[in-house]
Amino acid sequence: MKPPPFDYLRANSVDEAVAMLAEQGDDARIIAGGQSLVPMLNMRLMRPEVLVDIGKLEETRYIRKSHGSVEIGASTTQGEVMDWDELDATLPLVAKAFPHIGHFQTRNRGTVCGSITHADPSSELPLCLAVLGGEVTLQSSQGARTVSAGDFQQGLLTVDKEADEMTVMVSFPVAQSGEGYAFQEFAHRHGDFAVVAVAAKVTGDSIRLGVGGVADRPEVRQWGLLEGDALDDALNEFAWEMGGSDDIHASARHRRELVRHLGREAVADARQEAGI
Amino acid sequence: MPQFAVPEHAEEGKFVGRRITRVENITLLKGKGQFVDDLPTKKGTAEVAILRSPHAHAEVVSIDYSDALALPGVFAVITGEDMLAETDPMIVGFENPIDYRGVALDKVRYVGEPVAVIAARDRYTAEDAMDLVKVEYKVLKPVIDPVEAAKPEAPLIHTKGDSNCVSRRTFTHGEPDDAFAAAKRTNEITIRYPRNSITPMETYAVIAEHMEETGGFDVTSNFQGPFSVHTVMAMALRIRTSALRHHSPTNSGGSFGSKLTIFPYVVVMCVLARKAGRPVKWIEDRLEHLSSANSAPNRVTRIEAAYDDDGIVSALRMEHWDDHGAYLRAPMPAPIYRMHGVSTNGYDIRHLEVVNNIMITNKCPTGAVRGFGGPQLYFAVERMMQVIATELGIDPLEMLRRNLIKAEQFPYKAIAGALIDSGDYHRTVDETVDQGGLEELKKRRDAARAEGKLYGIGYAACVEPSQSNMGYISTLKTGLERERAGPKDGAVATVTVSVDALGSVNVIGDSVPQGQGHQTTLSQIVADELGLRPHDVVVTLDTDTAKDGWSIAAGNYSCRFAPASCSAAHEAAVKVRTKMARIAATTLNVGVDEIEFTKGKIHAKSNPDNAVPFYRVGGLAHWSPSSLPDEMDPGLRETSHWNAPELTPTTANDEINTSLAYGFGFDFCGVEIDPKTGQVRVDKYVSAHDCGTILNPGLAEGQIRGSYVAAIGATLMEEFKYNEEDGSFLSGTFAEYLVPTAPEVPELTLIHPTPNPSPYTRLGAKGIAEGNQYTTPVCMANAVADALGRKDVSTPLTPSKVFEWLHDTEMQPKGATPPAPAKGKGQAIEGVGETLVPASPQEVWNILLDPEKMANVIPGCHELTEVGSNAYEAVVTLGVGPVKGKFDAKINLTDLDEPKSVTLSGTAQGTLGSSSGSGSVTLEAADGGTRVSYTYEVHLSGKVAAVGGRMVRGAARHLIDRFFKALVRQAGGEDDGGGGKRGLFRRGGS
Amino acid sequence: MTKMERAGRYPVEFNLNGEPVDGFASPRMLLSDFLRHEIGATGTHVGCEHGVCGVCTVKVDGKAVRSCLMFAVQAEGAEIETIEGMAEADGSFSALQEAFHQNFALQCGYCTPGVLMSLSEFLGRNPDPTEDEVKVALSGNICRCTGYHEIVQAAMDAAKAIREGAA
Repeated sequence: MKPPPFDYLRANSVDEAVAMLAEQGDDARIIAGGQSLVPMLNMRLMRPEVLVDIGKLEETRYIRKSHGSVEIGASTTQGEVMDWDELDATLPLVAKAFPHIGHFQTRNRGTVCGSITHADPSSELPLCLAVLGGEVTLQSSQGARTVSAGDFQQGLLTVDKEADEMTVMVSFPVAQSGEGYAFQEFAHRHGDFAVVAVAAKVTGDSIRLGVGGVADRPEVRQWGLLEGDALDDALNEFAWEMGGSDDIHASARHRRELVRHLGREAVADARQEAGI
Repeated sequence: MPQFAVPEHAEEGKFVGRRITRVENITLLKGKGQFVDDLPTKKGTAEVAILRSPHAHAEVVSIDYSDALALPGVFAVITGEDMLAETDPMIVGFENPIDYRGVALDKVRYVGEPVAVIAARDRYTAEDAMDLVKVEYKVLKPVIDPVEAAKPEAPLIHTKGDSNCVSRRTFTHGEPDDAFAAAKRTNEITIRYPRNSITPMETYAVIAEHMEETGGFDVTSNFQGPFSVHTVMAMALRIRTSALRHHSPTNSGGSFGSKLTIFPYVVVMCVLARKAGRPVKWIEDRLEHLSSANSAPNRVTRIEAAYDDDGIVSALRMEHWDDHGAYLRAPMPAPIYRMHGVSTNGYDIRHLEVVNNIMITNKCPTGAVRGFGGPQLYFAVERMMQVIATELGIDPLEMLRRNLIKAEQFPYKAIAGALIDSGDYHRTVDETVDQGGLEELKKRRDAARAEGKLYGIGYAACVEPSQSNMGYISTLKTGLERERAGPKDGAVATVTVSVDALGSVNVIGDSVPQGQGHQTTLSQIVADELGLRPHDVVVTLDTDTAKDGWSIAAGNYSCRFAPASCSAAHEAAVKVRTKMARIAATTLNVGVDEIEFTKGKIHAKSNPDNAVPFYRVGGLAHWSPSSLPDEMDPGLRETSHWNAPELTPTTANDEINTSLAYGFGFDFCGVEIDPKTGQVRVDKYVSAHDCGTILNPGLAEGQIRGSYVAAIGATLMEEFKYNEEDGSFLSGTFAEYLVPTAPEVPELTLIHPTPNPSPYTRLGAKGIAEGNQYTTPVCMANAVADALGRKDVSTPLTPSKVFEWLHDTEMQPKGATPPAPAKGKGQAIEGVGETLVPASPQEVWNILLDPEKMANVIPGCHELTEVGSNAYEAVVTLGVGPVKGKFDAKINLTDLDEPKSVTLSGTAQGTLGSSSGSGSVTLEAADGGTRVSYTYEVHLSGKVAAVGGRMVRGAARHLIDRFFKALVRQAGGEDDGGGGKRGLFRRGGS
Repeated sequence: MTKMERAGRYPVEFNLNGEPVDGFASPRMLLSDFLRHEIGATGTHVGCEHGVCGVCTVKVDGKAVRSCLMFAVQAEGAEIETIEGMAEADGSFSALQEAFHQNFALQCGYCTPGVLMSLSEFLGRNPDPTEDEVKVALSGNICRCTGYHEIVQAAMDAAKAIREGAA
């Protein structure tokens, strides 16, 4: 289990990194924390010609509040975000999700942008971004563009990012007063990928619920303040619509029930937090 | 440094039985352990990578490794051809049709079987070379289930034989037919025990070098024994056994039975080293370990019991289909025979019939796993007991009590031959029930049930055998065959104690520890005999077959250490003591009976001042042979080759005392099941083990707690999964093969019952390392059965499985018919779909039949060549997102009905694994073009199936989706990827 | 921009347990392999090479990380701590090592260096943890021998000893 050969470039700026991507195209991959990438390299599931390392870029190491959002730069680790003292107040959903994300040793190197760009369908951070309606900022040598979370993650490990682009930042909308958030996850062991993860946001007039681990990407539904049977029905339709399949970790039918069950719990928790 | 409230070794009294801290820790805690890959190697040592089969069953048509060999830094490549030319088959204890040489010969028979072995300057280069080896396979139908494998229509895995059942024996002890005929009641259940292993954190490791002067080999590996297998290796290599010099290092990173089956790799590495002309080192990686190292045999058991209205069991009948995978590796099929003598567990059951079917299937060959045949056997027996209790309305604990062997019956000769040395089972049960709080637990259960919760209590008892009789595997043979082969029995353990000229004590032995603390324990035993402190005794347990004393039973397995090695150490120490006492008696001018060893002095019992220092007596034996008593040999070095006379050979009626000492374990637990998630939560788990004399409570407790958690893994989550249809292996990473981590472990209430020492071991000690492997899976299964009122319960008790047991029906969607659920259970990836193509059926047909156009439609197609009528070969790059690999694909079009329907089938093979599949496509004229509907079935095997468990289905769907989108595009439909819109398909073929 | 060719071998220097070390690595060489086979610091072991088991855990700039998921060239200039640097200057056990010793918290000892490096960071951040917090902190380290019970006890004892030592 050793990685295939590759050239290694340590970028000293985003401009340098994207210039490299422009030159190398699809043969190059960005590495920041490497916590998803290196296992795949060690298993030789991928064979990039070039790795462009942005892990030490100071330019993209930030957590900042701007225009009602929290912006997180590409080289900021999950551990740094988890330790950020304003996290609970600004992004309560992300704060609730963090304990489920890997282990502290992987969070020490793994980045938020990396997890979102890797687009594992069971990952917690892409699910949070989708439920919160966040955005991803991509940059190439031609310039930058911003993509909504819903458009960014297209499917299994597949995102709306061109080969010459890198994710430079993700932004999460800051929680407003009167909103409630909840995160529920069923995993076989602490820190495992979710069998089913559910993230809920409740406002004065809506429930927004996202599910990870079932479809090929996080799926989100928005409803009015459904209760009782109406909520159960909505969750049931949602569970069926995602069309999950059996794998060695859980059956499709079990996953559907987990969506219904965790969905109810998450909505209840979020409503309670919102005081609704 | 902070001080802890633990006293220094007290100066008075014996050290055996005390919680002495481990001498092993001194190096291990500082990162100075000596595991195989930590050792220095000779300059020029090559590193090895092994190319493994992606198929469960296939003919090897051709292997071309010329490109690999041409890669700079690659020294040698060997395949089955080299093994055929340079080795003989690795034998097992009976005749069978299997030709096993460690590397695939004409066929591959399991996913992960070695196909080519490469030596290069480093592992990175060796893996690069691995990617350049081209192997052509012809895939054959595999058989995965052991009962299916026994059927005449099953694919035959070893074609020199006539059945996948390579051994079938029926054993009759007592009069089971009469007992069943006379019984008032009978009941029967069928058990399916899964595959698992305890996956040590250090994987297999072998360093091998060809030695010109002997024509043999020097090998260092973390092989654990039994050293009987040394003979198998030497015979396979066609060398004298003395020319195969094997070293095991000081440290081994756990084994739990696993590192017995390193030996085929030793043979392979020796052949490779000779061909490479330099030493080679192979460090198995985790993917190799999980797919190809070892597994406990999975087993199907049909068990039937005869009993009366009071639940007194008179007879058992069992038929086992023991699944050993693709090959037998010595001493397989040992696990089933190791337990034969205790087939009736700890119960006084006097009639027994056992039928053992040894099955070959297309799975990883089996080996030793902690518990060694016990978990499978006891799961059947203990489930049966609970089923009977439930049927009769007897409390399951009362049911056990009525059938357990009574204290006055020991030593007890079990009907299948075990001479169960000692015990007081009822007392152990009573102590456990009292101290473990069973009454309180029952109240908790009643309260939980009153609230409507799913709560159950389970019990399990087990006899814990230790120190295997080397003759038990012969029970597989008939009496006549045994007579021809000559007697096999006993189990010799070898320990040497020496005292040097300054009175320093050294101990060496054949116990090959893997973390159990053998050095510490032996130092306690020897120190006690010689009146020293443990840290005065240096114990060295790395082994060298050329220099050390060892016999065929040497090694670390089946709880051998406490009964065997400790007896040998004790005996050797007594020999040294006796000799030193004679010397001292002369010096002190007292009788030998008067001599005592205390606190580094040898003195007269009645007059402690009449003493000589221990070191001075040591010095005399070396410096002054002339002053030694009459006829005494100089020097102080005594070896014990210890054997127990109770380990007798199999009798003519197949009775066998399978082990020397037999401990007893009893567990109970309470579980609650969450009906929403299917999760089994352990409310309380209580376990007691009577292992006779406890040598070091810290070490003994560590063995129990370690076994408990390994068993929790086996009970709740661990299973090596195979696709039942194509035989692909699905548990290839530590993210697929789930083992417990700290938060998942339920608290263990450990009871210390009154010990019943063994009369047959020197210190009264019995093994302690395997007990919870036996009890925990079935104890929890019994609790779950109790909670659910269910008869058919199998492990692992995964949430999905338990959830499906709980719920027959599911809330349906309100809308249209629910989508056909994916067929699932890890079988083929199947799907259906349809799409509208803006062209006439004939135009679509023409695309499908036009190689150039098809090249545009097949995802990632680089080149497509027509190689025959409607047959194509292509090079394609397939994958999702960043995960991708190059595949050689073969595509055939069949069932052509122009322009209505066609079947596409094919295979793809590359470094990521292999795939086969077929799809039928139907074309119908429709508004706006042609409605193309399709069904498909895809099988994936090899690396991508083993490591991609969560994603392969999604990936397959994604690729098929891409194919049809490309078809639409090719037919002139909306170019949904190539235009200005940024999207997935713009990136096209990669 | 620093560029390293796949076939090249490049000098890598960092501080290992406070002492400068150097060696050569190709870009793809894992930090775990570099430590063990280039530097000869074999105390750090390798268990899965896909980031799950935690055996290879070392501290890089004070943070516990998987050395199998890092390339040696990424460690250039870092402060790396491994098991070899854990004992006191006089060679005696640190509080954590001593607690493991007294509690029988290791058997084969293969996973132990990774466990100790994880706990070293954890106890630095959380000097007075609950048992449940310790268990969660250990969830990224697989041990197949001990069953974790003694490891948890050792971590609790070590935390107490460190607190008392600091007081």
